[in-house]
Amino acid sequence: MEALLRPLERLGRRTTQVAADIGYGGMLLIESIQLTLFGWRRGQPVRLRMIAEQMRQVGVDAIPIVCLLSMTIGVMLAIQFIAALREFGAEAQVVVAAAKSITREFGALITGIVVAGRSGSAFAARLGSMVVSQEVDALAVIGIEPVRYLVAPALIAMLVMMPMLTILADVAALIGAGLYASGPLQMSLGAYLTQTLLVLEPRDLWEGLSKSVVFALLITLIGISTGFSVTGGAEGVGRSTTRAVVASISALVVADMIFSFFLNR
Amino acid sequence: MNASVEPIIEVTGLEAYYGRRRILHGVDFRVMPGEIRVIMGGSGSGKSTLLRHLLGLQRPRNGVVKLLGTDLGKTSSNARVALRRQLGVSFQGGALFTSMTVGENVALPLREHTSLDENTIRIMSRLKLEVVNLGGFQDLMPSQLSGGMIKRAALARAIVMDPKLLFFDEPSAGLDPVVSAELDELILQLRDAMRMSIVVVTHELESAFKIADTITVLDHGKVLLTGTVAEVKASSNERIQDLLNRRPREVEVDVDAYLRRLTEEEA
Repeated sequence: MEALLRPLERLGRRTTQVAADIGYGGMLLIESIQLTLFGWRRGQPVRLRMIAEQMRQVGVDAIPIVCLLSMTIGVMLAIQFIAALREFGAEAQVVVAAAKSITREFGALITGIVVAGRSGSAFAARLGSMVVSQEVDALAVIGIEPVRYLVAPALIAMLVMMPMLTILADVAALIGAGLYASGPLQMSLGAYLTQTLLVLEPRDLWEGLSKSVVFALLITLIGISTGFSVTGGAEGVGRSTTRAVVASISALVVADMIFSFFLNR
Repeated sequence: MNASVEPIIEVTGLEAYYGRRRILHGVDFRVMPGEIRVIMGGSGSGKSTLLRHLLGLQRPRNGVVKLLGTDLGKTSSNARVALRRQLGVSFQGGALFTSMTVGENVALPLREHTSLDENTIRIMSRLKLEVVNLGGFQDLMPSQLSGGMIKRAALARAIVMDPKLLFFDEPSAGLDPVVSAELDELILQLRDAMRMSIVVVTHELESAFKIADTITVLDHGKVLLTGTVAEVKASSNERIQDLLNRRPREVEVDVDAYLRRLTEEEA
């Protein structure tokens, strides 16, 4: 009986824990929005300087790695598409396949994964160590809402920079695909890109961009809420960093699947 | 003491739980303006928990915490922020923001709560650094400071808004005797120069007796005694005498419970 009940108990505990985490994330989101819109009236303004600093950290600093990886993914996709489409003698369709899959899917996903690895972990580690060293308590007793000072700037920066990085990733990946495909297709890179622009529709871009906004929310809220809930010193910080990355990438992939399902019906 | 003066801190019937374990058992606690109160007690006596409640970092399960006449449990978040501007807190590890220089740390409350211009802020924060004998150190990062300097920088940040009420968590923990004596001196000066009420949490007897007007002794989440230094020294309470004379607790071993703990498969 005991052996039967224990997994059940664990399942129940996990479930309530997950529900509590989601609730906590939602609360952080609502509080950040409130403080951003009305904080200045309560003497708790969200500082532009801090938003700019966060934008640099999560956005500008990520540009090289996002471009590099997206371009690689673009080349990879072109290789696979050409190999697959050759069986039908339809190599020319690689332009459509690459253009749609990159803008709708891969641009946002690659950006999401890179940013989750870079910034999601950074959020968790920074907040975690601040909790451990009582810096968050110190902020609160100085009369600075920790959410206003630590969460809102990060959230705004992510919501702005993720779509921008995604556009950049789209461009890099399309160029990558063009670089490879222009060989087998016997066309210039310029001609390939012109063709790409012709087959792309606005809704392809919108699909990718709307995903990237959701990814930004997920990465920030997961990173920050795991950081805030750190217990147990330096080891706890390490554990929460790992958990933040794993959880946000999982959430990202699941959210991506759900989005793709509903947007492509 | 004048009975008509409002106490600056008034805690009644405070109870706190950690999970199901009860940490504070109906604590009553009052501090009058201008008083230096030391909260003393061994490890696990509930000192830190009491402090967290006084700072409003934890909500009481039962009981009332009033600071400067405001009930912390019933304030809006705006009023709580306004109240906190009149408090200064120096945390045990300093809790300086590691991403800012010492000067920026000290200036932060001024930057956030006042509309003073940059020059005035700089002068005021350097002034407070001079008060704690850290003049000229404003451009260092917290990681470049020694333990005693971190405590003093944290103190400078705590007093930069000229608070009415100053909390000091373990001023002498991890410091050598000379530095901790200097800090005690500093606390006394602050009270005399700035007319602050000060609450110090410590387990260092020597520093407690030196700075305290009154001492509250906590043990197992209960207030054993609140009184002057002389009253505490003269107390006949056994636990207090244990604390004062560094006597180890006499733990009575319950044989059955002991055996059960050893043999049980799951604790």
